Amino acid sequence: MIGEVDPVIVNLTVFVLAIFVGYHVVWNVTPALHTPLMSVTNAVSGIILVGAMLAAGPMETDWGVWLGAAAVTLAAINVFGGFLVSQRMLEMFKKKDKKGNA
Amino acid sequence: MSANLVALAYLVASVFFILALKGLSSPESARRGNLFGMIGMTIAVATTLTLTQNWILILGCIAVGGVIGAIVAQRVQMTAMPELVAFMHSLVGLAAVFIAIAAVNNPVSFGLPEVLPAGSKLELFLGTFIGAMTWSGSVIAFLKLSGRMSGTPIVFSGQHAVNLLLALAMVGCGLWFFFSETTNWTAFIAMTAIAFVLGFLIIIPIGGADMPVVISMLNSYSGWAAAGIGFSLGNPMLIIAGSLVGSSGAILSYIMCKAMNRPFLSVILGGFGSDGGTAVADNGEQKTYRSGSADDAAFLMGNADSVIIVPGYGLAVARAQHAVKELAEKLHEKGVNVRFAIHPVAGRMPGHMNVLLAEAEIPYEQVQEMEEINSDFSNTDVVLVLGANDVVNPAAYVAGSPIYGMPILDAHKARTVMVVKRSMAVGYAGLDNDLFYMDKTMMIFGDAKKVVESLVKAL
Repeated sequence: MIGEVDPVIVNLTVFVLAIFVGYHVVWNVTPALHTPLMSVTNAVSGIILVGAMLAAGPMETDWGVWLGAAAVTLAAINVFGGFLVSQRMLEMFKKKDKKGNA
Repeated sequence: MSANLVALAYLVASVFFILALKGLSSPESARRGNLFGMIGMTIAVATTLTLTQNWILILGCIAVGGVIGAIVAQRVQMTAMPELVAFMHSLVGLAAVFIAIAAVNNPVSFGLPEVLPAGSKLELFLGTFIGAMTWSGSVIAFLKLSGRMSGTPIVFSGQHAVNLLLALAMVGCGLWFFFSETTNWTAFIAMTAIAFVLGFLIIIPIGGADMPVVISMLNSYSGWAAAGIGFSLGNPMLIIAGSLVGSSGAILSYIMCKAMNRPFLSVILGGFGSDGGTAVADNGEQKTYRSGSADDAAFLMGNADSVIIVPGYGLAVARAQHAVKELAEKLHEKGVNVRFAIHPVAGRMPGHMNVLLAEAEIPYEQVQEMEEINSDFSNTDVVLVLGANDVVNPAAYVAGSPIYGMPILDAHKARTVMVVKRSMAVGYAGLDNDLFYMDKTMMIFGDAKKVVESLVKAL
């Protein structure tokens, strides 16, 4: 049966379920960490890097590949910038943690 | 790698992304969550690398982007986080547009048929226009937040009609692209260009005070853009990651709107704050207020049992976070119970004030959210309001007031209220604040940082 289903429907299923997961997970995020939440999700949306890599993937270099390469660079800024700045922020919450226990 | 293995690896990466967000439910697990995110991303990238040939180019670009990202992450000031986030949203948007154009140009490299099927065309259309709007909208948000462009809303007559016409034109081009038998570049480019303009037009009428909503909304857009590209490429991992981000941004927008007591639609339609300052006239009645010096304030605070500090964005503007930390420590040494009360829109993005206080190394058990602390104001001796205004305006309880129903910090219930402010000027909402005229309120005029420093000295 699954073989006859249009892949778009399968993707739609994944999409809808993922929204539900996102909804429940995000409501559990403590308000104090909403800024890090934003920077982490920013890094996660850098997942578009995967699409950019496919665009830059083929060996024959036409302008599409260069466009892909540009997209890879942009997405990589996002991924690295997002995760590293989140880490920096979360370290600040850690420092306080130690102090609080002392 | 076989297609099945790739799909399984992508599934593992998706699970890591969900765990990354789940980790943020508490400060203790948050760093592990962030690490999970990094692991997920590494798996995703490594797996995708096996599907490509051009490794030198790809790894080179990742290295360049990675270095830029790392430098930016290292150098950015915590007060500038909203700008950074807006900047990064714009990158996702632009990358989505580039990918979509590349996919239209060479569908085969994405594993799509040479002649794009109708479904893929629709998905590419969605991914492109969301991406383009995310890009131009985020650029405007970035310019406004960083002060390179005025935060006052830009409104003109017929604005909504223009936006609507452009949206229709964009959909029209999309349909033209959709129904063309061959690749219709004219339609595709026109559609992309209109989407860019539309993203720009949608953000310019939104005022500086509503930026927390805008930035959350763009966060959401950037997620949907990634999900849209995921649909085009038939890649469930992109869909999952994109949806997580999309729903996260949507929830944050909702929380921000609720905290400002404004319907989402009215924020998006914009224009708020353009009439700032006109609503002040209060039937000419002269109201009196009491002003005092830092020494008086220090005396009162030093003898109090409990003090709650209400920080607003004015505190960050004056760079007074570290001075406030000293003040809190001084009071703590005197045996005063010091706490901070954070309103959800105290900064310029969700949770911004918490990060600013964390940077100043204020212990997080002293920092409390509105719901946690609001019932405690009535048995608190002194409330010190630093650079906040609308979020402590008791007019929110008066039916008929423009901010009626907005959740506020109940500072007016404390025994003594001290407000540090530069002048009697109104806040974003353009409203006079009755708190300032109460008998138990003392106004301390001056720059937040200087006042706090003299408080520390006087203690």
